[in-house]
Amino acid sequence: MPARYLPFVVALVLASAYPAWADQRSEAKAQVEFGVQVAQRGLWREAMYRWERATQIDPTYAAAFNNLAVAYEQEGQLDKARAAYEKAIALEPNNALIKQNFDLFKELNDRATSKDSGRQP
Amino acid sequence: MTERLRKTAVASLSVVLAGLLAGCGGSGGYLEIPIETPIAPKLDVSPFQRVYVAGFLAGASEDVDANMETVRLLRSQLRNKNILPVVDADTVALAERAMEDVEPAAGAAAPAPAADTGQLPPVNDERELDQYSKVFSDTDYWKKVGEEHEQPLIVTGSVLFVPHARSGFVQREQEVYDSFGRRQVVPVRTYMERKGYILRPTFVFIDGRTGEQLYSESFREEILYSSNQQTPALSSYFELMDRLLPTFLNTLSAQKIRGSRVLLK
Repeated sequence: MPARYLPFVVALVLASAYPAWADQRSEAKAQVEFGVQVAQRGLWREAMYRWERATQIDPTYAAAFNNLAVAYEQEGQLDKARAAYEKAIALEPNNALIKQNFDLFKELNDRATSKDSGRQP
Repeated sequence: MTERLRKTAVASLSVVLAGLLAGCGGSGGYLEIPIETPIAPKLDVSPFQRVYVAGFLAGASEDVDANMETVRLLRSQLRNKNILPVVDADTVALAERAMEDVEPAAGAAAPAPAADTGQLPPVNDERELDQYSKVFSDTDYWKKVGEEHEQPLIVTGSVLFVPHARSGFVQREQEVYDSFGRRQVVPVRTYMERKGYILRPTFVFIDGRTGEQLYSESFREEILYSSNQQTPALSSYFELMDRLLPTFLNTLSAQKIRGSRVLLK
């Protein structure tokens, strides 16, 4: 194949792969946005379900993992919340909002578990 | 022709990459939302019908009777939360009992309680107070206390409340105005002498049926004021206790911790 066609081929491959990927992200985004709407009305179980769906549809979507972690916190599922925050941070290490949420979570989790101070003989 | 083809290829590639980048731009906005996290209690209190705050080991202090203030505060908090009925009885003579367990150093007399107060002699640090902590594992003693009060959950422990001073550089924010009169807040490091208090309580939960220790929890809080600020010791004590009361109560009952988090869109 002549080298001059190479850019076309690359563009074609990217363009054909993109719609499927973009569909996944937009579907996940729709789930995330719906989750945010219901969470605002206090329907956290429904929100949790939506964000879980979003993470299944697009496992690279940091916002979905962040929101899911918040829902787990609201439901008192602290181990799951930690795992979801860690995943969100792994996906977007420079996202200050996720980091802020995670710091607040850790503070609360330390209080709940009192690893350093509590002991049972 | 070749040049035209190359330009077309670059243009089409740019469009695809721009589209990809737009798709990658994850967060389209955010929303701060209040949450309430339920925290399970650390101790199962269901076997108990009542709770007895038996008293605390505390070093003698002119400023605050840490034993009696802690007993009063915890009893009132437990009543307000309605976790278990609170036994309203005198506290035990804990200091005297604790001092019986302390072996005096060779050639020295056993420590004597501070006159009339039933408190320990003045205690300056954690280590001094810890030497008396054997009393909390004296199951026979606590079983007897339990029998006297219908086998409640017993809350006891120690409270160290001591003055504290520290000097050093402190960062604080200062307002400044530039030549155009615009206000700015800038961090400034200044040397300050500060004084305040350290509160180090240990709460010990004992099964009044068996005299055995169920759980214990220690905290350390400190507060510092600028040296020219006159803050009564008792208000510092309550300010510090206020910080750890939710955690104390969470040992016995589920609690909801309020906070806020950011949801991403």
